[in-house]
Formats: sequence, structure tokens, C-alpha cells
Amino acid sequence: MTTSAPHPIPPAITARQAGLVGCQGCGKVHHAGVSVCQRCGAPLHSRMPGSLQRVWAWLFAGIVVYIPANIYPMLLTTSFGRTTENTIVGGVMDLIDYGSYGVAAIVFLASVVIPVGKFLAIGYLALVVRDGSRIGRGSGLHGRQHLFEVVEFIGRWSMIDVFVVAILAALVQLDFAATISPGIAAVSFSLSVAFTMLAAQSFDPRLIWDAEEGTAR
Amino acid sequence: MNEAIDSLHTQTGSAPIGTLDPDCLIACPNCDALQLDAPVPVGALARCHRCGTVLMAPREQAMTRIVMLAATALVLMVAAVFFPFLEISAGGMVQRSSLLDAVLAFSSGLMLPLTFATAALIIVLPSLRLASIVYALAPMALGWHPARHAVPVFRLAQALRPWAMAEIFIVGVAVALVKVAGLATLSFGPAFWTFSALVLVTVLSDTFMCRISVWKTLEERRQP
Ligand SMILES: [Zn+2]
Ligand SMILES: [Zn+2]
Repeated sequence: MTTSAPHPIPPAITARQAGLVGCQGCGKVHHAGVSVCQRCGAPLHSRMPGSLQRVWAWLFAGIVVYIPANIYPMLLTTSFGRTTENTIVGGVMDLIDYGSYGVAAIVFLASVVIPVGKFLAIGYLALVVRDGSRIGRGSGLHGRQHLFEVVEFIGRWSMIDVFVVAILAALVQLDFAATISPGIAAVSFSLSVAFTMLAAQSFDPRLIWDAEEGTAR
Repeated sequence: MNEAIDSLHTQTGSAPIGTLDPDCLIACPNCDALQLDAPVPVGALARCHRCGTVLMAPREQAMTRIVMLAATALVLMVAAVFFPFLEISAGGMVQRSSLLDAVLAFSSGLMLPLTFATAALIIVLPSLRLASIVYALAPMALGWHPARHAVPVFRLAQALRPWAMAEIFIVGVAVALVKVAGLATLSFGPAFWTFSALVLVTVLSDTFMCRISVWKTLEERRQP
């Protein structure tokens, strides 16, 4: 059974408007001024303090380390004394050459499309919820909420390529014709994924809906 | 939940904002909208009337199922770590590698931090999360009072959720198989199947998890 909303949705009363604080972990409502949730022990904030500053900081860090992740090799293959270096995109090209289009698409999606899309999405959300920003009120807010949910859900899947490198390096060892070892890009790429996950976690989704309140913050 | 919304509005319509009893309300974690904390029948979904986020989705026997599935996943993890994970053969040579070998592949020099990260993401954090769930919820499943520190332990389990990446590792294995296909022949060891089962069981356990319901149960049982 899902709740349908046949009747027009009445304007919501937020915990903050009612002088209360809601817990983000468990939903329990407290009087303003209570600092720790009595149900789950999480710190209580009407809105996460400094949310946007932390989002920008982590996002910037994530973008900065994503650059070397694309320039430096992800994978070093040594075969008969010759070492070939493979960047993220180079790895995708190789897969296309082998004819493994499906897998090439997965790696490209996980290593390029998702990280870049995530940078853009987090940046966009952080921009539109700034104080005083009144663009896109109303139905656009549901879209932003969905965008945030997608970013939170999908961001961790970027780690696929790092795990691929780990497995290949473990499997293809010296006693074979070839040796595979991880390149420095594996480190910076993992950091980039972690930093953008932290950026998404620092974002307080309640800020999206504050645009509807109209009153100054 | 419709009735709940309506009653909230009649209530807030008559009472001035600020005199509402916080204990009969629930605030949406995503949009801060207040709604009446009405009991949700088993099998039903309670959505936020403003943003549509699922607030509560209680399932039948949820506690017991979550605990059983999490405990099963934990046992599977132990097996997955020690049995051979993949077997590769090329030119008459065979190499077996366990999950630990895959993790230790980064263990030289600059790559050392990656070793710890990989070990954490695919073995340590998933195990810790499963163990926390079992510790915090097993007494609930049995109808007892919560264990000591069950509240911070369950909070830890919630915080670990995005960082436990066992399911992503499985996709990585599939991609790796395609990449070495031209180089050598690969076959799965028992640990691969154990680990895949672990991912399935964890996902299943998470579908029974309704965090707000769990927190409420923990709170009720804490009262002597
Ligand atoms: Zn709480
Ligand atoms: Zn909501």
C-alpha cells in the first residue's frame, strides 16, 4: 500500500517553523535547544551547521584529485620486459578493442560519467540552495530531492575500477607471461570517490526544501 | 498515513504552532516537514506528505529476519576470506588467490594506503556493520531489553552503510574476468560463491531494515 495524494498537498509545517528540531537519524522531534537526540543519540541540528562550506570543500578536494586520476596510469602491465601503462580512459579503449562493449560501458560509466556527473550535481545543488536563492521553487524541489538521492546512491559505484585493478594485480603475478600492478591513479581515484561521498554526506537535504518557506533564514 | 496527515492538520489548525507535543510528531529527515507519528500497519509504507521520502516501512518479523540474515552474512564473510576466491591458469600454471590476496595486491610502497582502503571497504567495514546489526538487534528479535551500548552500535551500523562496498567488489570481479579473458583461463573458487551469497543476503537484510521503526523499538525496549 502506498499513500496516494489525491487531494492537494497542504503547505507543510516544518519542525523549524514550529520551534522544534527533528533528528535526521530517527525522525524524533525535540524542543529547540536539545543538542543530542534522546532516541538515537545523534547530534541534533535544525540545519547542519556549515553544511555548504563543507560540501564545497570536499567537492573541491574530490575534483582536484580526480585530475591526476585521469592523467597518470591506473594499471601497469609488464609483458616480456615491456611495460605498458593504462590510464582510466585507456583501459576503456582496450576493452572496446577486445570487443567487450558492455564491460567497456560499465567501466566508462563508473569511472567517468558517474564521477563527473556527481561533481556537477553536487555543485548545482549547493549553488541553488544558497541563502536567498529563490529560483525553481515548487515542483522543481522534488527534482532536486531525486537528484540528491541518486547522487547519494550511485556515487559509491565509482569504486568498481579500483577493485578491478586490485583483482587483476592479485591474479596476474610474476609466474605468468605478464605482470599487472596498480598505478598511482588508483590512489587518487579512490580518494576522489571518498571525497565526493563525503561532500554528498555533508549536504543537508532540508536546505532544498527551505526554498519553499519564503521567509528569510 | 492519509488520516495521519489530516489529523495533523486539524490539530495544527486548532492549536497554535509551538504548542504541539513533540512526542506525537515525526520530522522528515529529508525536508523537515512535521507529521503525526501514527502507527503504520505491517507491510504498509508511510511517506512524507511533502517530499515523498519513505519514512517508515515496517515488515513482518523484521527484527528476527534482519538478525538472521546479518548473522548468515557474517558467517559467509569468514568463509569468503579464507577459501580460494579465483583460480587462474595460463600455460600450465595455476594460481589461486583468496580475497586476502586481492586486498594485499597493493601492499608495496606507495600503494600501501590502498591496501588498507580495499581491506576496509570489502572486508572490515562490511563485517563490522553486520556484527553491529547483530549485536544491537539480536536482543530485540528475542524480545529482550537492548544490549549495553546498543544505541551507539546501531548508529555505527547506519553510518557504515555507504562505506561497506562488498556488492561493488562483485561487479569489479566480473569486469576483471573479462579483462584477463584473453590472457588466461579463470575459474571461480568456493569463496567467490560464498561472497556472492553474502552480497545477496546483505541486500535482503537491508530490505527488511526500516531505520525509524528500529529506533522506535530500541527506544521502547530501553524503558525498564
Ligand atoms: Zn535521533
Ligand atoms: Zn519529507
